[in-house]
Amino acid sequence: MLEAVDVTKRMALHGRRRGQWFTAVDSASLKLESGKVLALVGESGSGKSTLARILTLGDEPSSGTIRLAGKEVSLRRRADRQAHFGQVQLIMQDPFASLNQLHRVRYILSRPLRNFGASGDLTDRIIELLERVNLTPGEQYIDKYPHELSGGQRQRVAIARALAADPVVLIGDEPVSMLDVSIRLDVLRLFADLCAQDGLAMLYITHDIASARYFADEINVIYAARMVEGGPAEEVTQRPRHPYTQLLLESSPDPDRIGERSTLPIVDTSNEPVDREQELAGCPFAARCPHAMPICSEQPPPTTTFAEGHWSRCWLHTES
Amino acid sequence: MTLLEVRDLVVEYGTVRAVDKVSFDVGRGEIFGVLGESGSGKTTLMTAITRLQRPPARIAGGTVAYRPADGTPVELVGCTPKQLRELRWERVAVVFQSAMSSLNPVMRVGTQFADAIRAHRSVKRAEAWDRAAELLELVGIPRDRVGSYPHELSGGMRQRAAIALSLACRPDLVVMDEPTTAVDVVMQRQILDNLKELQATFGFSVLFVTHDLSLLVELADRIMVMYAGRAVEIASAEDIYRDPQHPYTQGLRDSFPSLHGPRRELRGIGGAPPDLRHLPTGCAFEPRCPQRVDDCRETLPLLIERDRTQAACLLLDDRLEVRHAGSR
Repeated sequence: MLEAVDVTKRMALHGRRRGQWFTAVDSASLKLESGKVLALVGESGSGKSTLARILTLGDEPSSGTIRLAGKEVSLRRRADRQAHFGQVQLIMQDPFASLNQLHRVRYILSRPLRNFGASGDLTDRIIELLERVNLTPGEQYIDKYPHELSGGQRQRVAIARALAADPVVLIGDEPVSMLDVSIRLDVLRLFADLCAQDGLAMLYITHDIASARYFADEINVIYAARMVEGGPAEEVTQRPRHPYTQLLLESSPDPDRIGERSTLPIVDTSNEPVDREQELAGCPFAARCPHAMPICSEQPPPTTTFAEGHWSRCWLHTES
Repeated sequence: MTLLEVRDLVVEYGTVRAVDKVSFDVGRGEIFGVLGESGSGKTTLMTAITRLQRPPARIAGGTVAYRPADGTPVELVGCTPKQLRELRWERVAVVFQSAMSSLNPVMRVGTQFADAIRAHRSVKRAEAWDRAAELLELVGIPRDRVGSYPHELSGGMRQRAAIALSLACRPDLVVMDEPTTAVDVVMQRQILDNLKELQATFGFSVLFVTHDLSLLVELADRIMVMYAGRAVEIASAEDIYRDPQHPYTQGLRDSFPSLHGPRRELRGIGGAPPDLRHLPTGCAFEPRCPQRVDDCRETLPLLIERDRTQAACLLLDDRLEVRHAGSR
């Protein structure tokens, strides 16, 4: 449905670092398909939100293209942009900040409806939308203000607002990380239902690889602006190939491992994501990688493909 | 050996009870986890124990007894500001959620450490800075960063610096309020590994407050689960995960996706957390509970101890079990 091909985003730095560039996303490609959920997993600062903004045309890529239903989207053509906004909708992390507190749910949901063609009395449409996100009965919620709703209910209103535009692609930028654990699962299930029943394509952006395992069909792992591994969710989480994915999985808390956890090899104590202001010749993970070889910091690793569409970019897996 | 003994602690915001008759013990050298979702009262409980609560929060009842190994027990709820000043950092230290807001952005890290050290020990400034550098080394930050400002440290380093600062006077108890929510998983793992190491070396107790069950199960010795201001279950980490007694704990356990091992069905908990202003007379979890019986709406369950596990649920009351054996 929605495709990003070799998308790169560079941002100019200011002040003392004027003239230098920061690479937020480096030749990233991904493909969303109808009825499927793709998870994009990465740490903060890895470029996952920038990619979401580019996919929703909130930002212009420095190079690379976005394709919607096979057709290249041009940011410069107004008609293209408008069609894109209707078909690709973004759900943000914080439902406390993303809903205007001064308006009732009725108004919040009527805006996208009117923007994308509806007119007249919208009450029935709005109630239908609310019930689609399991806020039933819709009459009970339509005249509330956001502050009268709980976090989970608010996020559902945000989802209803995204659905109001009748999109084909949903992009969730950490859509459940602000919610309580007992509520998260319900919201994720709602997304899964929307994808399965209404054939929506979804990009689920998260830092929680465990939830991606359960909820997504495929997982892409992004590290320091570059995609390092991707494939079916179960493959990536159970047989990770890239050392970064392995470190991520090993670090994630998992109660099933009580007592059996091996101690982590201590990887450099100051391990923030690497500085990306300079062009990086080799693999972005080379400085932290326990298996680093000389070649890792000299040349970018090629993509190696394994069974079932599982791929990884690491010198460890190349033939020669 | 008990270090901290909390009995029937009640904290109110006006007429709303945020913490309702919570009792528990923290042992010497124990990592005690407090688990709860937003609004469960876990942070209010933490601020009440450290006496950091601000109006309108008010301790309306109960006791918090601190029992040092050497000396007489101190009743924290009745402490005067002067007594508290002596106790804080010397005996009880705190690590907050966001290190950026607990460190002063316009002071060098070393100055802040020296401040805390010199408030409790009569040492020269240079000596205090030396001590600060040592503390930073404990958490894996190079000595020479002692002269840095907080913004010059990465997010993970700042949080580790905050932990190092809490250990400045070798306290018996370190209270931590979600210290790793603002950092990435890889950093979180390193901070927790480091914390466990330090804890084993110095033998302080930790009161660890978080909403993340999977993290707590790996870290804590015992866990208290809170719901709507009450403790619903207190048990060892192992039991909380393998054999939870309270339906809420069971629901939480089944909402966490696991990473390793076979995929299991996630059930989650339906409904929404209750409004603390209009709590039901019976069990606060009753409207969401899949195992509720008629009595749950009327009778407030109390913590019942059985096999070293405490849980507040009518289903676990022996007398009731007989009565409802048929209906369950």
